[in-house]
Amino acid sequence: MILGLEYAFMRHAVFAGSAIALVSAPMGYFVLLRRQAFAAHALSHVGFAGAAGAILLSLSPYLGLFAFTLASAVGLALLGSRVGERDVGIGMVLMFALGLGVLFLNLYTANAAAAIGILFGSIVGISSTQMWLSAGVALGVLVVLALIYRPLRLASLDQDAARGRGVPVGALGVVFVLLLALAVSISVPVIGALLIFSLLIGPPAAARVLARSVEGGLLLAALIGLAETWGGIAASYYIGYPASTWIAGISFLIYLLAAWGGPRLRPRAAR
Amino acid sequence: MTKWAIEAHALGCRLGARPVFSQLDLAVPRGALVGVLGPNGAGKTTLLRCLLGLARRTEGRLEVLGRDPGAVRASIGYVSQGEPPEMSLHLSAVASVAAAFQGERWGFPLHRRRERNHALEALEAAEAGALAQRPLGELSGGQRQRVRIAQALVNAPQLLLLDEPLASLDQGGQQAVLRLAKRLCLDRGITVLMSAHDLNPLLEYIDLVLYMANGQGRLGSVDDVVREDVLSALYGLPMRATRVDGRIFVHPDRGFIPELTDCCPHCEGCK
Repeated sequence: MILGLEYAFMRHAVFAGSAIALVSAPMGYFVLLRRQAFAAHALSHVGFAGAAGAILLSLSPYLGLFAFTLASAVGLALLGSRVGERDVGIGMVLMFALGLGVLFLNLYTANAAAAIGILFGSIVGISSTQMWLSAGVALGVLVVLALIYRPLRLASLDQDAARGRGVPVGALGVVFVLLLALAVSISVPVIGALLIFSLLIGPPAAARVLARSVEGGLLLAALIGLAETWGGIAASYYIGYPASTWIAGISFLIYLLAAWGGPRLRPRAAR
Repeated sequence: MTKWAIEAHALGCRLGARPVFSQLDLAVPRGALVGVLGPNGAGKTTLLRCLLGLARRTEGRLEVLGRDPGAVRASIGYVSQGEPPEMSLHLSAVASVAAAFQGERWGFPLHRRRERNHALEALEAAEAGALAQRPLGELSGGQRQRVRIAQALVNAPQLLLLDEPLASLDQGGQQAVLRLAKRLCLDRGITVLMSAHDLNPLLEYIDLVLYMANGQGRLGSVDDVVREDVLSALYGLPMRATRVDGRIFVHPDRGFIPELTDCCPHCEGCK
């Protein structure tokens, strides 16, 4: 069978990886539009600290992940919308969380492998519980995202116009960051806190250059994300080396190709 | 349906403790093109936001399209000062306009064709039909301004509020936006309020001028308002309105205009 799908761990990897790719693509597209990449980066590291803390207390790392990322998401959302101010606040939260993360690791030296797993992901080490949890959370995030889609799209493109039409821009921002916290939380154990951008930012960044409508960008980002995940797992299975490395590498390559080729694909006649 | 698009009596607005303007009487007939003029910090933007129900009126009476402001938001198109966010510059003009179509409604737009058709119509109405497929990043400032006006037109507004639409446009671009505004008034009966810094480009287009200074404002025809006695009363200092070759220059009798208010509420420096 292809991809080693006869093994349960490979089925889990493909299924959970696909779910995470599918939720990361649209979330990441909005993260780019809203210029919140730094917030996404911080959330993944906050998630690392949460997971390390949970491991220390012999709890499921997911408990720590969700608790830490959701709590700091509320904090981040309250920082306001001005990018400069926001980035300073995010930097502070990130710094504090990483300090805690180091402490937790320091207190719990017995299992360094668990820490490595959180930092770099272990896509082929996913249990079936983890797989269903990831898929369920991904589905939930996608449903809420679809429900707030139109106001979110307008608020991300033109905040003033959205306010003028009565869109609750502030509340929408809070909901979006909470969704982002959930999406990041399920991605961290699978793709890794340090490699979160390979599915969250890489595919939307490439899609943004190639697609000229928001919906086209979302669809393309999802396709690229799936291709990267499957390609990464396949390469890891057939060739070797960690799947996270392959996914990040493919993500980088696709972005380079898109950034280089995208402008050249555009029809020039319209100019 | 009342005859007036905007009716205000002794209208006043505060931002925090600072009164922005007070005792403003307005009677703007439907289908009029009104130029809103005055120095920085005179309250032009705050007035537009007040008409949208975004800035709370603190005194007096205000009816917009015969109803309470805020209740008629769906019939108001608003173009704020400023530029589309950098990360949206890859989107085509039609995609960015489509995003504004019923942007306050929840859910995912299932009728994308309809959304697109409305966007194309709005672009035609804004004399930007030829730009539909072009990415925002390739458009000139004047073209981008027309696309933003199309975004405000996509929901078939009866009142259009344009905040400094002529800023940073060259003469040709200014004329194009002004001609467009005039045509929207004449052909579609839309009432347009346009704030601006310089009265002269507007002279041959506007029906009424609202001159704001020093926390007060006067609405009327150019000949009734841009007069030395009226302006002197507004500014609280002797003002001159010199007419040369059909152009009008408003300046103080001697010397410079002193800082009339401590700070403009919307500029970057004071947020």
